[in-house]
Amino acid sequence: MKQLSENILDITMNSVRAGSPLTDITVKEEGSMLTLVINDRGCGMTPEQVANVTDPFFTTRTTRKVGLGLPFLKMEAELTGGSFSIESTVGVGTCVTASFDMSHIDSIPLGDMPETVMTIVGAAPDKDIVFTHVSGEKEVVLDTRDIRAQLDGVPLDTPEVLLWIRDYLESCYAEVFGN
Amino acid sequence: MKSLAELSAIRDKMKNQVASRANDLDGTKIIVGMATCGIAAGARPVLNAFVEAVAGSGIENVTVAQTGCIGICQYEPVVEVVEPGKDKVTYVKMTAEKAQRVFDEHIKGGKPVTEFTIGSAQK
Repeated sequence: MKQLSENILDITMNSVRAGSPLTDITVKEEGSMLTLVINDRGCGMTPEQVANVTDPFFTTRTTRKVGLGLPFLKMEAELTGGSFSIESTVGVGTCVTASFDMSHIDSIPLGDMPETVMTIVGAAPDKDIVFTHVSGEKEVVLDTRDIRAQLDGVPLDTPEVLLWIRDYLESCYAEVFGN
Repeated sequence: MKSLAELSAIRDKMKNQVASRANDLDGTKIIVGMATCGIAAGARPVLNAFVEAVAGSGIENVTVAQTGCIGICQYEPVVEVVEPGKDKVTYVKMTAEKAQRVFDEHIKGGKPVTEFTIGSAQK
């Protein structure tokens, strides 16, 4: 991946497919460390699946024989001297945490979060997402439940709504973090 | 900063359109592969180029959807265009610029962009 936001998109698709009705996506910056947490309430995994999930040649899919999403994320985190962990319980959900030292030469940039969140919402318009980006005292938050409440039945994947979500987050980033 | 209250204007504008979209089962579907392989190859800007094109065109019977891996990872980003009564067209190695051309020439113009299809790529 060229941006961590692409990893976030990729891993969150797992939560969507796991049927998670509400998924928290958190980006937290502390000094040079950046931590991603994707916490879902999906179907969860068995201990055997959790143990194998970062093996690229383990997958439950049938369209191909490899599953690279979590192995990529783990590798990218560890290349920067960061860490990776995953916790999961069948019927409860899965929580993926990865931390990166952004000052390390092998780190990749976070990338375009507004477009990423827009894409995630478009993938699962009937599911809710709480996106939070925290840096010191500053915070950007988007909760699709608030947006849904305003829309009175208009689907979240309506193109005009998706573009509004992107533009809204871009304006939040400009306001909170400057350029 | 933008306000959530702006959504009410979109809601009012969309209410009528959504009713017609819901009734229109035989519209055109643009389906973008968004598994690990697609995302790593650059599918996100391709998908969002289609979302922008649809929103900007005012065309109502076109939907943009996402799917997982269809097993041709070496050709990602892959986009399928499904029109009722016609053969599915599979576009490969897409970019945001190619997406704009597909939208203009195929979705609006009715003529598939043959040079971007998997048939051309395999020759």
